Amino acid sequence: MNQQYRFILLLAILLFSFPLKAQAQWSGNIALQNRYFFNDPVALNTLQHNNYLSFSAEPEYYTAWNDEQQSFTFTPFVRVDQYDKERTHGDLRELSYQQVFDDWELRIGISKVYWGVTESQHLVDIINQTDSVENVDGEDKLGQPMVKATFEKDWGTVDLFVLPYFRERTFQDIEGRPRTTPVIDDAQTTYESSDKEQNIDYAARWFHYYGDLELGVAYFNGTSRDPLFSAGLKNGNAVLKPYYPLMQQVSIDAQITTEELLFKLEAIARDWQNFDSLTLQLVDERYAALTTGVEYTFVGIIETDADLGLVVEYLYDDRDQRATTFFQNDLMMGLRLAINDADSSEALLGIIYDLDNQEHLISLEASRRFAQNWTATLEVRLFNNIDPASLVKNIEQDDFLQLDIAYYF
Amino acid sequence: MQTKTRLNKSVISLLLIGSTSLSLGLSKSFAVEADVERGLEIAIEADKRDTGFVDSTAKMKMELKNKQGQTNTRQVRVKTLEVTGDGDKGLSIFDTPADIKGTASLTYSHALKPDEQWLYLPALKRVKRISSKNKSGPFMGSEFAYEDISSQEVEKYTYRYIKDELINGIDCFVVERYPAYKHSGYTRQVAWVNKKEYRAEKIDFYDRKNVLLKTLNYTGYQQYLDKFWRADTMHMVNHQTGKSTTLSWKDYKFKTGLKNKDFNRNSLKRAK
Repeated sequence: MNQQYRFILLLAILLFSFPLKAQAQWSGNIALQNRYFFNDPVALNTLQHNNYLSFSAEPEYYTAWNDEQQSFTFTPFVRVDQYDKERTHGDLRELSYQQVFDDWELRIGISKVYWGVTESQHLVDIINQTDSVENVDGEDKLGQPMVKATFEKDWGTVDLFVLPYFRERTFQDIEGRPRTTPVIDDAQTTYESSDKEQNIDYAARWFHYYGDLELGVAYFNGTSRDPLFSAGLKNGNAVLKPYYPLMQQVSIDAQITTEELLFKLEAIARDWQNFDSLTLQLVDERYAALTTGVEYTFVGIIETDADLGLVVEYLYDDRDQRATTFFQNDLMMGLRLAINDADSSEALLGIIYDLDNQEHLISLEASRRFAQNWTATLEVRLFNNIDPASLVKNIEQDDFLQLDIAYYF
Repeated sequence: MQTKTRLNKSVISLLLIGSTSLSLGLSKSFAVEADVERGLEIAIEADKRDTGFVDSTAKMKMELKNKQGQTNTRQVRVKTLEVTGDGDKGLSIFDTPADIKGTASLTYSHALKPDEQWLYLPALKRVKRISSKNKSGPFMGSEFAYEDISSQEVEKYTYRYIKDELINGIDCFVVERYPAYKHSGYTRQVAWVNKKEYRAEKIDFYDRKNVLLKTLNYTGYQQYLDKFWRADTMHMVNHQTGKSTTLSWKDYKFKTGLKNKDFNRNSLKRAK
């Protein structure tokens, strides 16, 4: 935490050292969420419930001055969950200062960046840790302390990152659902780096676009955002202990945008440690993974204003069944419907199907606005034929329906 | 061979018989050619008169009204960079509805080749390059299609001058224009162009079945930098659904010093 305090101090100094002729504003949202699980939990997980109510708030304060060349953003986030003590959590999504110079930009503080182009999974997006108690899709991220410099050149844009503090992934409590069985005990987290969460990570990304082609190449050197798990005990009960190895990763992400069709590719090559499946010892591992696919949109279907998008992506990991992710030889198919009405009604139906063991994950997300400042979002997630050897085998019982009602200001 | 001769003969006789009407037809086709030329001249002159604004910024309020009279509003800030010899660059930042606050779009428009478009989604901090095929779809659920609000380039249409007509006491050229770009939702548009100022006063839009779909009226024109006319209000009525959308513009500024680098992916991410 020491590092984080130093950042806040630095920000405060920067803030007060500039004349404030600022335009400041608060915005954000508060939301009520209900998650309903269709089935009773498996016998092992008697502490789980069938219905979870929660509340969240994410206000944002933004101020800019000096013709918007300098700005400060503060975005705290909090969720209070009825049962899951780990899902009841807070985070600084953003607490950062940014300054724009002639041909470069500097951002200092806690922030978020997004890399990548595909929809089904986000292989190359590794600056921020996943806030995995928020949702199963991995799209919610924790704020990452960083110094980021962006240089704009004729030959592309270069982002350089120094990441001085590591954020652990969030995991559900024993009452939380869906989750692994046994539960993950983050009090027993260990690291490969002797500096633990204070290890300084580095990353660089080059990005450019040539007409219809957008291309990004990135390098990361530091603590893996993805943990490995080993068996442990807590008060005599079985738990999983997270371990964060060091890693190096190179990645490429590309999109070709034609008038009709989008072609997408994300690929990574990673060097890190993994547990050997026989000896359970940590061994060096090098692997590659990719997501690639197409997206096609039918405009104005059946003589209405609605658009229907088709997304097909293939997910591959060269470790095959030893992969630490779900997706080693999977096909994702998605349908995206945008009604294009005044209430921005839209829906996304997706299935990720494992071509080896027929595991499939189905999700439906639908949302619309009502009464100008409110939105309603419905989510259904179904988990079928989960690999019996998986740590999340029991999520087969965890099909759920979620409704979010949010007020925006 | 015989058939052909006979045919030729009959063609000749037809020609002879029909010489009067033929000459009429010829003069008509000359007239059509002249109208096409005239239509293009008007478009070129209108374009010339709007050239040289360099860049502009403005605030736009959009009011959507359905048949029952229920309204929805959106507020957007718009930045434009004039690109000579090509379509303009545009950056739009959405302030309301609150749930899409901070969403921004960047467009490099082109006359005939597809526009380049990016969307910034603030919740994910993701910049998405999007397909520009959706020209006919509604802009933010309004009665304005993307093609209605995109940069108007001479080459985007072919033209035909129809007649002169007085509307609302303003002497106008009536010009038909036909989209030359792909994926338009229109067969044609009929524009009433102010004869003195070469600015549009009214446009009728005809759908793919050539049925009147929408009418756009421009009101409250103001002149900026002693040259450039911008309407304070643009009112679009959809005759087929009874819905309407009013765009109200304010705080127009020109030659504000915007540069190319204010219109790229990085500036899109920064847009607030």
